[in-house]
Amino acid sequence: MAKKAPGKAAAKPLKTAKASSQSLNSLTKLPKALLLQMHDLMVKSRMLEERLIKIYKAGDAYFWIGAPGEEAWGVPIGLQVLKGRGPEYDYLHMHYRATPTLVAMGMPMIDSIRLIMNRSTDPSTGGRNFSNHYSFPEWNVAPVTSPIEVQYGIALGTAHVQKRHKSKGITLVTGGDAGTAEGDFASCLIWSSRKGRELPMLITVQNNKWGISTSFDGQHGETNIADRARAFNIKARSINGNDPIESYLTLQEDMAYIRKTGKPAFIEAHVSRLYGHSSASGANFVSNELCCLNDFETKLLKAGLIKEAAVKELYEKYAQEGFEAQQIVKGEPVPTSESIWDNVYVGSENADWRKF
Amino acid sequence: MANMAQAIRMALHYGEKNLAVKDIFGQDVGAPLGGVFTATQGLENSWNTPLDERGIISMAMGIAMTGERCVAEIQFVDYIFNTIDLLKIAGNTLWCTNGGFPLPMVIMSPVGAGIRGSVYHSHSFDAWASRLPGWKVVMPSNPLDAYGLLLSAIQDPNPVLFLKPKALMRVRGDDLIPGEPEDEKELKAMIDAPIGDRTSWKPRWPKVEGYMVPIGQGKITRAGEQVTLVSYGRHLLLCNQVADELKEEGYSVEVIDLRSIYPYDWQMIKTSVEKTGRVVFVNEDTEVTNFAEHLVYRVVQELFYSLLARPLVVAGKNVPGIGLHPNLEDASVPQKHEIAEAVRSVVAEVP
Repeated sequence: MAKKAPGKAAAKPLKTAKASSQSLNSLTKLPKALLLQMHDLMVKSRMLEERLIKIYKAGDAYFWIGAPGEEAWGVPIGLQVLKGRGPEYDYLHMHYRATPTLVAMGMPMIDSIRLIMNRSTDPSTGGRNFSNHYSFPEWNVAPVTSPIEVQYGIALGTAHVQKRHKSKGITLVTGGDAGTAEGDFASCLIWSSRKGRELPMLITVQNNKWGISTSFDGQHGETNIADRARAFNIKARSINGNDPIESYLTLQEDMAYIRKTGKPAFIEAHVSRLYGHSSASGANFVSNELCCLNDFETKLLKAGLIKEAAVKELYEKYAQEGFEAQQIVKGEPVPTSESIWDNVYVGSENADWRKF
Repeated sequence: MANMAQAIRMALHYGEKNLAVKDIFGQDVGAPLGGVFTATQGLENSWNTPLDERGIISMAMGIAMTGERCVAEIQFVDYIFNTIDLLKIAGNTLWCTNGGFPLPMVIMSPVGAGIRGSVYHSHSFDAWASRLPGWKVVMPSNPLDAYGLLLSAIQDPNPVLFLKPKALMRVRGDDLIPGEPEDEKELKAMIDAPIGDRTSWKPRWPKVEGYMVPIGQGKITRAGEQVTLVSYGRHLLLCNQVADELKEEGYSVEVIDLRSIYPYDWQMIKTSVEKTGRVVFVNEDTEVTNFAEHLVYRVVQELFYSLLARPLVVAGKNVPGIGLHPNLEDASVPQKHEIAEAVRSVVAEVP
C-alpha cells in the first residue's frame, strides 16, 4: 500500500485568490472539457514542480530550476503541439521552464523526477544534467541547455528543414526575457524573416520581468520585446501569459497562421515567477506575484464549472503521484562511473583516447 | 590534377548527389561567389547566409537535429571564436542526451597562415578543436585527402570539423581524384566559374566516384629509420621537403601525415616511434597547450623506454596574432629551417 504524501498543506487548492485578471465571460471562448483539461494539467504541473522543489530541499537533488507560475502559458502549448518525430511534426526548442508543456504533452511525472534525481533511468539525460533540462527525440523536443538563448538559433535549422519539406510541422522556440540580450535572439529574428526565405517558426518569449536577480528595467530599454520582432515584419504581439484562455487562443491562431503561410510569428507572454529563479535563490514561494493557477481556478469555481471537492481531489491525486514517483525513483539505479564514456560519439566509439 | 579548392567542390558535389547533402551554406558560399576560395562554386544546394557565425553554426545544429546532412562554412576560422560555446554544445549534445540526439554535421573553415593574411586571416584552430570532445577533427594536406576526408566527414554521424589549410587551396596534388579528368585545363573548363557574369553559367561535373579517407587514419608520406616527423595540413608539405632535403645529408626521416586530429592514429605514431626512437611534432598553432603537447605526453607515458631522445614540438610562437609583415609572420609560424634544425638536434642527441 502506498504511503501518503507528507506535507499535505501543499497539496491543497490555492485559497489566496486575488482579483481575477480575467472576466468570467472569457470562459465561454473554449469548451468546458478543454478548460477542465487545462486546469487539470496546470495542477499536475504545479504539483510536479513543487515535488521537485521538495526533492531538492530534502537533499535528494543537487539543484532545482523550473517553471511554477508559467502553467497558463506552457500547458496550452503542450496541448496544441503536433506531437511526433521528424520534420512532419512540430519541433520544440525550449528553455528550462518547460515542465507545463511537457506535462501537457503527456510526460509522466516520474520522468521529470528521474531527471532531477539524476538516475540512469532518466530518459532525457541519463542522469547527466539538471532538472527541467528535458530532451525527448521521439516528440521532437530538442535538448534544453543551460546556456540561455542558444535554442533561438538552433531552432532555425529545424524550421529550415520543415520549410524544405513543405510540412505541416512548425518549429516553436521559447526563452526568457533577460536572455533576449543574447545575440542568438537577434539571429533568430533576422534569419527567420528574410524575404522569400521566411521560416515556419513560432518565436516566443516568456517575460517574467526578471533575469535571475536583475529586474526587467535594469536590462531593457524597449517597451515590449515584441516590438523587436515587429521591426523584422514578423507578426508579433504581447499577451497575458497568466491567462490560459488568452494563451490558448493566441497560440491557436498563430500556429494556424504559421502552418498556412510558412512565415514566423512572435508572442511575448507576460508570466509570473512564483518560486524565484532556481534553488540558487532559495526556491521559496513569492507571494506578491500573480498565481495563474489560483486565478484560473477561482474563475472556474465562480462559474460553477468545477467544485471545491473536485479541486481538492485533484491536488491530492497529483501530490500523491509525485510522492510515490519519488519513492520509486529513490530505488532506481544511478549512472555508473564507467558510463562517462558512453555516447561521447555515436556508438560510443573513440571516446577514450587511451584506447585508440 | 585538381587543386584543393576544386577537390572540396567535387566532394561537395558528390555529397549532394550521393550522400543526401541538402544544405551547403555560409557567408558568400552560394552564387555568385561560391566561396572566397571558390570551393563551393556551382553547387546545387549552396546558399548565402547573413554575416552571422553563430547563426551559421546554430543552423547546422538544427538541421542535424532532424537527421539531415549539411555542410556549413565559417569563412575564416579566425571568426569562429564567437561560436565556441555552440561548438561545445554541438559536441556535447549526444552525450548530454545520453544518445538521444546525434548531430551529423560538417563545419569547414580555412585555417592557418601562409597567405600574408595578417592578424585575422591567419589563426589556427587545431589545438582549440582538440579540446572539443564529441567532435571529430580532420585536416588534409593534399587535394585527394581533402576529397576523401570530406566525404568521410559527411557520412559520419557525429559533428566533424574540416579544417582547410588556406595556403594549400590552390596547391595541386600528385594523385587524381577518382573520376577527375587528367588534364587540369579540362577540369578548370568544366567546374571553374568564369570571371565576370556568371548568371547563366553551369558547371559540367566530371563523374567523380566515392573515395573515403577513414577518419582517424594517418598516412606515412616518407619512410625512414632515424626520426619520426608528425604533422598535418600545410606543415606536412614542409616536413616532406625537410625529409627530402635532409636525406641528401644522410638523415632518414619518417614523415606521418596525421590527417585526423581527433581521433588520431596513435597506432601509426607508436609503431613509427618504437622503430625510430625519436620524434618531432610540427604544427602552426600556438605552442602553449598545443595539441602536439598531448601527443608528446602520450609518447612519454607509453613509449618512454623506446625513446632515444627527448620528443620535440615545433609550433607557432605564443603571440596573440600573426603580424602582416613577412618578418612577423615568418617569426611566428614554423619555418622549414626550424623543422630541419629540430630534426638534426633530435638525431644528434645521444641517450
